[in-house]
Amino acid sequence: MVDVTPADAVPPAEVGEVELYHPHSWWTKYVFSQDAKVIAIQYSATATSIGLVALVLSWLMRLQLGFPGTFDFITPEAYYQFITVHGMIMVIYLLTALFLGGFGNYLIPLMVGARDMVFPYVNMLSYWIYLLAVLVLVSSFFAPGGPTGAGWTLYPPQAIMSGTPGGQDWGIILMLSSLILFIIGFTMGGLNYVVTVLQGRTRGMTLMRLPLTVWGIFTATVMALLAFPALFVACVMMLLDRMLGTSFFMPAIVEMGEQLQHNGGSPILFQHLFWFFGHPEVYIVALPAFGIVSDLISTHARKNIFGYRMMVWAIIAIGALSFVVWAHHMYVSGMNPYFGFFFATTTLIIAVPTAIKVYNWVLTLWRGDIHLTIPMLFALAFIVTFVNGGLTGLFLGNVVVDVPLSDTMFVVAHFHMVMGVAPILVIFGAIYHWYPKVTGRLLDETLGRFHFWVTFVGAYLIFFPMHYLGLMGVPRRYAELTDMTIMTESAHHLNSFISIMAFIVGFAQMVFLFNLIWSIRHGREAGGNPWRATTLEWQTPQTPPAHGNFGKELPIVYRWAYDYSVPGAKEDFIPQNVPGAFAPSREPA
Amino acid sequence: MAVVLVLVLIVVGSVLFHLLSPWWWTPIASNWDYIDNTIIISFWITGIVFAAVVLFMAYCVFRFRHRQGNRAAYEPENKRLEWWLMVVTAAGVTALLVPGLFVWSRFVTVPGDATEIEVVAQQWQWSFRLPGKDGKLGTSDTRDVAADNPLGIAPKDPDGQDDVVVEAADLHLPVGKPVKVLLRSIDVLHDFYIPEFRAKMDMIPGSVTYFWFTPTRTGTFQVLCAELCGQGHPLMHGVVMVDTEQDYLTWLGQQQTFAQLSTPKQTGSANQPSGKTMASALDVAAKLETLEAR
Repeated sequence: MVDVTPADAVPPAEVGEVELYHPHSWWTKYVFSQDAKVIAIQYSATATSIGLVALVLSWLMRLQLGFPGTFDFITPEAYYQFITVHGMIMVIYLLTALFLGGFGNYLIPLMVGARDMVFPYVNMLSYWIYLLAVLVLVSSFFAPGGPTGAGWTLYPPQAIMSGTPGGQDWGIILMLSSLILFIIGFTMGGLNYVVTVLQGRTRGMTLMRLPLTVWGIFTATVMALLAFPALFVACVMMLLDRMLGTSFFMPAIVEMGEQLQHNGGSPILFQHLFWFFGHPEVYIVALPAFGIVSDLISTHARKNIFGYRMMVWAIIAIGALSFVVWAHHMYVSGMNPYFGFFFATTTLIIAVPTAIKVYNWVLTLWRGDIHLTIPMLFALAFIVTFVNGGLTGLFLGNVVVDVPLSDTMFVVAHFHMVMGVAPILVIFGAIYHWYPKVTGRLLDETLGRFHFWVTFVGAYLIFFPMHYLGLMGVPRRYAELTDMTIMTESAHHLNSFISIMAFIVGFAQMVFLFNLIWSIRHGREAGGNPWRATTLEWQTPQTPPAHGNFGKELPIVYRWAYDYSVPGAKEDFIPQNVPGAFAPSREPA
Repeated sequence: MAVVLVLVLIVVGSVLFHLLSPWWWTPIASNWDYIDNTIIISFWITGIVFAAVVLFMAYCVFRFRHRQGNRAAYEPENKRLEWWLMVVTAAGVTALLVPGLFVWSRFVTVPGDATEIEVVAQQWQWSFRLPGKDGKLGTSDTRDVAADNPLGIAPKDPDGQDDVVVEAADLHLPVGKPVKVLLRSIDVLHDFYIPEFRAKMDMIPGSVTYFWFTPTRTGTFQVLCAELCGQGHPLMHGVVMVDTEQDYLTWLGQQQTFAQLSTPKQTGSANQPSGKTMASALDVAAKLETLEAR
């Protein structure tokens, strides 16, 4: 360990201050804004709104599964439309957009000590194209035939055939168009996040002094820029198959006794393209959550994150490995079975860096000074659900174990726990944590604790038992669970229980939304740094930070982001922009 | 403090649920108890890790919760501990992977004496084909599918003439004999799944996929489609009956061969769709209605 002195750690400014475009009207300040913080709020509000649609759709599904035959309006056709749009919204339009467009935009410039994203105008365009993508998706509800019911994986040939809702109507066309738009919009934002992290950091902010939040979002963005093009071309090819009658994914087919005109295409090619995007996508959602939760735990346990360097390398290793595991979604797809050996091995290897992260989170708690604030509670809940969902991933990744479990409710339970519940718990924790920076006020504590307990315990009660339905053999994507010899009467009761829990957890989210709106005016005043945190966003001269973030002069960074409870220091935290190394500075060199 | 209690309850509750709840796999009816054993190993290893991590966390929260005057320790890293944990994790992962890959190599290695049978899926029904006296299945092509040749068996291939065709009816298999199941679809993706056999595999139009198993007890088993195949997906059930050798031969004797089926008949194609130019939504609705009625 080398003692760090300000003289050798703070290089002179290489680039002079860039003049920001300052808005002159209400429209350019709040609507067509180029301020990353406003864009972040626009992204977050849009993602949350469309997320509410997904929540309602999940209720409708659970009505059907929990109480089969009771609700006539939920036809199989409608059911498949619900699951498809629910899945697509949650993965793409909510989680990806919220983590990268929302948290990325708000936190990257503030945390690296920049005035704004490096390309503010492109950043603004990114949001408006995202909004357009969301509107195109929503419009499919009003199109003839309704939205597509092909499942969120959109597997051809059924996705573009008449046996699937929206297959021969507008549904699938609007879905694919919306995805294409989303990817265009994301690419604009993504380039911004990457370049800002690489080029926009303030003096002294070396890469190994970045908060893990930034590392998580940065790595996820790089991955998304590499993974989304695979989905992009798959969407374009399927659009061509559907609209111009090409046969990229369509072999010779007899549909309802009639020979179709397609010939020679490969349905499994689509699956490879889809999952080459789809698996990295899991980590595109997970890595920002990993980063954010590290900072929440460190701040609220008043202790440096344990093993910072290992945490950074684990993020990078997970990001790289996640590009060579995609076919673990395809063990029973009929691909060459010998691929199973390779993909099972890579998939289980990825468990090692992931486990390291879990150990380092709990070891950060060890000998900490744990404040059980709401962000900390959500962080603890994240660890429980993430460990649970990660461990069932070891079942599904282990090729032969996947054979009986694939396409059952076990898979549904697994991915909801690991990439639904766990990252969303982090999102909640992060909102309780950064809301005071965004609004200047704290969210209401009582409502917050109610929201936490119902969401955490409720979600666990929904998804933990669901694994056992899958073990029993209950398939996923069944609009009707009738006439199945394997399903006992008690299994149907379990399904009803899960549905009731889903309604309760959904209701708690309404309380959360109320809190979000109510606290803007009525929350307790927070001050600039209510959690006594070290990172730069808490050191801004104004709260909420003004356009340009840091007032007259950009902060200079003298230390890593985790100087909590440094021996000899008066306070139990030293912000990154405070000079002078308190002995013994054991920051990783 | 409530959070400590809840963390402990989650571990205890999950373990009790696992041990005591009535929801568990169906009794096995094939040779793939290897897979069940691998799942049991996975439950043990992952269960121990889950309990250890969550209980350790509960202990930390209890022991190091904030009290007046507390101060956290300052320990950025501990190389030895980190490497040690990495090695233990790698060992645990290996303990899962090695048996898994061992069983997978059995799963993909079809025994030489396995009988080939064929399952053909279409929206939304199962059909089957068994090799005739020559022990060989004839070639097939989706382009050959017609009203009198629902499985698309090549009309000119002599190997196919004696193939036994079971259209949209139950399949019978003799107990104790390994079978290689060749899987084919003529329209969209499907997946041939019988929970009691533990095995499943997608069927892809344009390709032939396969898996193998040996039925180990007689009985009637429900076939489920496990790959989303359109609106009729949840109704796409079928039946496989595992018989004693004698019952099986009796059943086989009552089945018709491809040659018998394709002899021109007066009434054979009366209710088959003919003269249509494109599949319409009407067909889908009609098909679904007959499924619901079954």
